[in-house]
Amino acid sequence: MRYIAIFILALIFWLLITFRFTVPNLIAGTLAALICSAIFARYYFHNVYKFLQPYRYVWFCVYLFFFVWACIRANFDVAYRVLHPRMPIKPGIVRVKTTLRSEFARTLLANSITMTPGTITVDILGDDFYVHWIYVKSEDPEVYTKMITGKFEKYIKRFAE
Amino acid sequence: MNNMITIILICIGVLFNIFGCVGLIRLPDVYNRLQAATKCVTLGCCSILLGVVFHFGLSDAGFKALFAIPILFFSATVAAHALIRGAYHFGTRLGEKSVKDDYKEVVK
Repeated sequence: MRYIAIFILALIFWLLITFRFTVPNLIAGTLAALICSAIFARYYFHNVYKFLQPYRYVWFCVYLFFFVWACIRANFDVAYRVLHPRMPIKPGIVRVKTTLRSEFARTLLANSITMTPGTITVDILGDDFYVHWIYVKSEDPEVYTKMITGKFEKYIKRFAE
Repeated sequence: MNNMITIILICIGVLFNIFGCVGLIRLPDVYNRLQAATKCVTLGCCSILLGVVFHFGLSDAGFKALFAIPILFFSATVAAHALIRGAYHFGTRLGEKSVKDDYKEVVK
């Protein structure tokens, strides 16, 4: 089942990236997708049936909306810090706890943290994310955990766990 | 009209790329520089690619440009993560302005 899911995804990817729907192209794509699924399928998607649950897609759209919004804010934030004559920065590395279990969800959360204003993920060890923060607003672990992961963790939990 | 949107999007993209480069020069250490480089340059490139999508419409070039955006997001974040972790393990110190370092105890 897992192999079939990877195969379909790889084939769609191939068709979109080449964008020619001729027979030779389809055959080449099928071969490439077969090789990919044979090699890589064992590393991904421990439960394929999650793809068939429609509510996950709804939460994914909500997450995407917040992600794009955070991304745009992040850019204005960086532009402000860079162009300000005195450069208001107070950098530091803080430890943030997460409750997400699956590796896919953790990767997504780390990527989201990297794209949100002022933070970039350095490492994941056990349940802890080490996050470099360009302006450490608070010293209290509870407060900054909420500021950094808060919303994203909630939405990622709903569609990726 | 389409032409107008294309020009505006590409201008925004170039502007953010310039901000990223200014940050790369002005900020004090590797970690802060990576912040500027990752965020500004990623959104700048996405904006330019969106401009390309509007220019070509839904033809094959447009679809490819649209498809490059999520791939760019994933690869840029993963590359930033790898670079920043590599810099720390190599022994680059945090800048003098830094106030906190929770990662130090774990690395040793």
